[in-house]
Amino acid sequence: MGEIDNGTVDLSSMDEVFEQYSEEQGALIPILQKAQNTYGWLPGDVLELIAERLGVSPGQVYGVATFYAQFYLEEQGRHILKLCDGTACHVRGTPILVTAMEDGMNIRPGETSEDGELTMEIVYCLGSCALAPVAVLDEQVMGRMRPQMIVRRVEKHIASAKKATEA
Amino acid sequence: MCVVSVEKARGLQTACTTPVAEGMIVETESEAACETRQFVLEMLLTDHPNDCMTCEVNGDCKLQDLVYDYGVEWPEPNGRRHVYPIDPDPNPFVFIDLNKCILCSRCVRACEEIQNRDVWSFAFRGFETKLVAGTDQPMLDARCESCGQCVAYCPVGALYDKMSVGLGRPNQVEKVRTTCSYCGVGCNFDLNVRNGEIVRVTSAEDAPVNGMALCVKGRYGYDYVHHRDRLTRPLVRAKWLPDVEERVTEGEWTLVEVAEKRAEPTVSGNGAIAGDAFIETDWGTALDVVAGKFAKEKQAQGGDAFSVFASAKCTNEENYLFSKFTRQVLGTNSIDHCARL
Amino acid sequence: MHTTLPFPNEADPTVNDPQHKCIAVCMGTGCTSSQSAQLHQTLREELDEHNLNGEIEVRRTGCFGFCEQGPIVVVSPGETFYTEVKPRSAETIVEQHVLGNQPVERLLYHDPTSDATVEKWHEIGFYGKQQRILLDNSGIIDPENIGHYLAREGYQALHQVLSEMTPEQVIEEVTESGLRGRGGAGFPTGVKWGFARKTQKWPKYVICNADEGDPGAFMDRSVLEGDPHAVIEGMIIAGFAIGAQAGYIYCRAEYPLAIKRLRVALEQTRELGLLGDNILGSDFSFDITIKEGAGAFVCGEETALMASIQGERGQPWPRPPYPAVSGLWKQPSNVNNVKSYAFVPRIIHKGAEWFSSVGTEGSPGTAVFALTGNVNRTGLIEVPMGITLREIIYDVGGGIPGGKKFKAVQTGGPLGGCLPEEYLDIPVDFDSLQEAGSVMGSGGMVIADEATCMVEFAKFFTKFVCDESCGKCPPCRIGSTRMLEALERITEGEGTPEDLDEIYWLADGMQQGSLCALGQLAPAPVISTLRHFEDEYRAHIEEERCPAGKCQALITFEIVADLCPGCMVCARNCASNAISGEKGEPHVIDPELCERCGLCEAVCNFDAVIVK
Repeated sequence: MGEIDNGTVDLSSMDEVFEQYSEEQGALIPILQKAQNTYGWLPGDVLELIAERLGVSPGQVYGVATFYAQFYLEEQGRHILKLCDGTACHVRGTPILVTAMEDGMNIRPGETSEDGELTMEIVYCLGSCALAPVAVLDEQVMGRMRPQMIVRRVEKHIASAKKATEA
Repeated sequence: MCVVSVEKARGLQTACTTPVAEGMIVETESEAACETRQFVLEMLLTDHPNDCMTCEVNGDCKLQDLVYDYGVEWPEPNGRRHVYPIDPDPNPFVFIDLNKCILCSRCVRACEEIQNRDVWSFAFRGFETKLVAGTDQPMLDARCESCGQCVAYCPVGALYDKMSVGLGRPNQVEKVRTTCSYCGVGCNFDLNVRNGEIVRVTSAEDAPVNGMALCVKGRYGYDYVHHRDRLTRPLVRAKWLPDVEERVTEGEWTLVEVAEKRAEPTVSGNGAIAGDAFIETDWGTALDVVAGKFAKEKQAQGGDAFSVFASAKCTNEENYLFSKFTRQVLGTNSIDHCARL
Repeated sequence: MHTTLPFPNEADPTVNDPQHKCIAVCMGTGCTSSQSAQLHQTLREELDEHNLNGEIEVRRTGCFGFCEQGPIVVVSPGETFYTEVKPRSAETIVEQHVLGNQPVERLLYHDPTSDATVEKWHEIGFYGKQQRILLDNSGIIDPENIGHYLAREGYQALHQVLSEMTPEQVIEEVTESGLRGRGGAGFPTGVKWGFARKTQKWPKYVICNADEGDPGAFMDRSVLEGDPHAVIEGMIIAGFAIGAQAGYIYCRAEYPLAIKRLRVALEQTRELGLLGDNILGSDFSFDITIKEGAGAFVCGEETALMASIQGERGQPWPRPPYPAVSGLWKQPSNVNNVKSYAFVPRIIHKGAEWFSSVGTEGSPGTAVFALTGNVNRTGLIEVPMGITLREIIYDVGGGIPGGKKFKAVQTGGPLGGCLPEEYLDIPVDFDSLQEAGSVMGSGGMVIADEATCMVEFAKFFTKFVCDESCGKCPPCRIGSTRMLEALERITEGEGTPEDLDEIYWLADGMQQGSLCALGQLAPAPVISTLRHFEDEYRAHIEEERCPAGKCQALITFEIVADLCPGCMVCARNCASNAISGEKGEPHVIDPELCERCGLCEAVCNFDAVIVK
């Protein structure tokens, strides 16, 4: 039973969110969504703050946050690669894209790379089935992906982002 | 498990939520319902340790009873199983073994609906669904006040009383119904007695005041009964007793070392016993000392020099006598009771 | 009959004028994923350069359906249909087509089945057998412009309902049309509304289920993106019919564009008094809130959806009580699919009789499918009920690509079934598909060719269900995992004939013992493939052979020396260093080292890697 490692997060940015949803019934999920937009993930302190402000138990907040695939309870990589494994993408080759990433970048679905640069996740259907197989790298949609392309595209994306921060 | 067949209804219905309607014909042990129950039980067993032989609740396990009643055979283990650490929580009273948890949610509801503490909830989903305290924290960090309600409602051995682990299973104990002596509410519970010792306290549905509910003291505060530090004979300070060294040497009384910080040793180099040391005596001697001092003080300062504090652990009759004694013997009205919570 | 809305000037009639000069750019998710937003921008810049921006409209439309060929651009007058238009082609379109009046040949659709180039939108084979009732605005109107919707007779039905009809009449009209719920179960919509109307308890809620979770399905998304007002209008009418004042649209968060379009549409509707207090001057008030889902397939189940709106874990509730009696916040609620609501204004406006004249007697109207998988023309289609599967796959979809053979059609997503060749001539409607052992579902239709292993296919759906089971009922929570394990054993060559018995037993138990449709229907893909492709299962078990050559444990890869030019691509990509060979020389795979990941086959540009 590991406690969530919190680190320190600035909780004051949540005030605005609570303000926005103060009147809304059943606002837990939208509040979690806003919190994740703010922090990139859901640190334990934030979950407890939400529980306190909504007057519900931390367990309820945790139960909801872990139920939905959208919420992250661990810090994510700087870049996020989503591989669609919806039916259309599956029959058109997503499994082989996963293999290519595993082999090429040593990262498995659901994992974050050791250097914290990349998180790779499998999602079910982004609705771009006609472009199958589809990968989404940060917000950028990459349709009709081929195994030999994906590793290169991801590496290039990470490298150029690094360069940009350094500059 | 609650599914039943309802005539004209499509598929099986959940007995616990389907409202009764005029003319409804319900069959509780229909073939379809029984087959579904068997299936559910077998599914649960595929992810349940086969250790009834050593399980604390063997003989008092709802899963075991149902598996027996419905004639389910233990399935060949050939699939994924959960492996959770056993007893991972530092809570001194609640023993957790999630490997046995069937996710029935009774603990969640007991904590939420009866105790209003909301410690337990389910996290994750599907096969990974897991019972957690708070945000997967130790129970005590998740607002737990160790009432043990969750344990009382657990139908299997997933939540158990930590103090009772290994001390006796349901068929090895005798249950003795008693009333809790901690406060004035008057909760009833069963002392689970094995070889003359209380090994566990279990709450009982038919307890008129409290039902299954108990507080931490009632459920877990019984260890004083057989505690080695418990006073069973009176202790008197050496300075109030005559001929102490002699009678201790002769073995009539005993010098007792109690855990207290002392500036000096209880027995000095020349064999003299310190005046504030405790001597275990007989009741007659001890009461003589008390009576003598009461009489002396009453004579010197009058009855109102006394005030009396009675205990909830005494019976009504004892407390009545205490009141009589206070007013008529000591001569004061200053008497109160610890159960004024 | 044409009624007059109190704001006649808001309608933009250019949308109905075939002579109106317009360049329509598809802004559905499929096309925007291929840079159609930039394309739109570039087109405007190009027109600006020629001072034509006032003269020619560049319109952002909803989905044309032919997503395979996106981004789609249609130039009017003339409905010239351009496919796979890159932003850099904007210049050519403006200079050659707009200024020079010459269609841009290279951007026209080339039909692989007839080897012909097609110029006009409606001449494309993909649209031939389609009948667009629900999607009649998609690709025509700008979904963010209410004026376009109004010009397409939008909100006429609402006006008619509020000024001339009683709630009972509305329900009767919908019932009479025979509209069946498009979420998949096919329950008569009018009857459902009648239940919610009957419950004497307020407030009541109208809920739109836009949590389209089937992998490989995007019908609802396209409707929301292309014609959001139709859904809103349908919901308002439903609200009036059942006596509700509030509505919710529960939409997947994975559909940001649909959510954005809905927000815009709701705002416009409120501004015109079509939503809010005293709609169109009547004493009926209604408003709609959008709720974003958070990634749980089970929330497509109506009770789980309501739990999720309440901010809880998306776990289904037992029924009864049905939502019409006790739903959201224990109040009477009516939940319908996006498409069901979107049909309503059309039914009210054109009449129940018109609607029931389309399709079949038992399943009137049209069906919208997301046609995907191994088929030549993938995309969003709308066909009349009663059309055959064969017509959909071969006439609309253009058959199977790469000269491969058809193997199965899967409908209904992870809770649906697979049908083989011999069922291709059955009519597509709720009852016929169910009889054949599949379901209509919400509209996912995936075509599998002969290279698809049906055991692996079934395993894929079962894995999905395992991931998405809410975990409440043991039959689904544990049963789906046991089912997956049995399938894994089979695909790994460790299956036994008893595993097939176990699969049937698990399927039966899950079906009987689960609370909601997810658990009850989860075994359907497995059972339907097992029923129709038992030989393939047996080949895995008895011969340790995967006939489709897909299951890694049962195949070996080989390089055909004659085809291998020695480009070394496969060797570079092989993670287990199993491929050797000099540059320019045929390569060889060491079967001892090969982990059969299939990467070499996928990366080979010469089809030299084959499965044995």
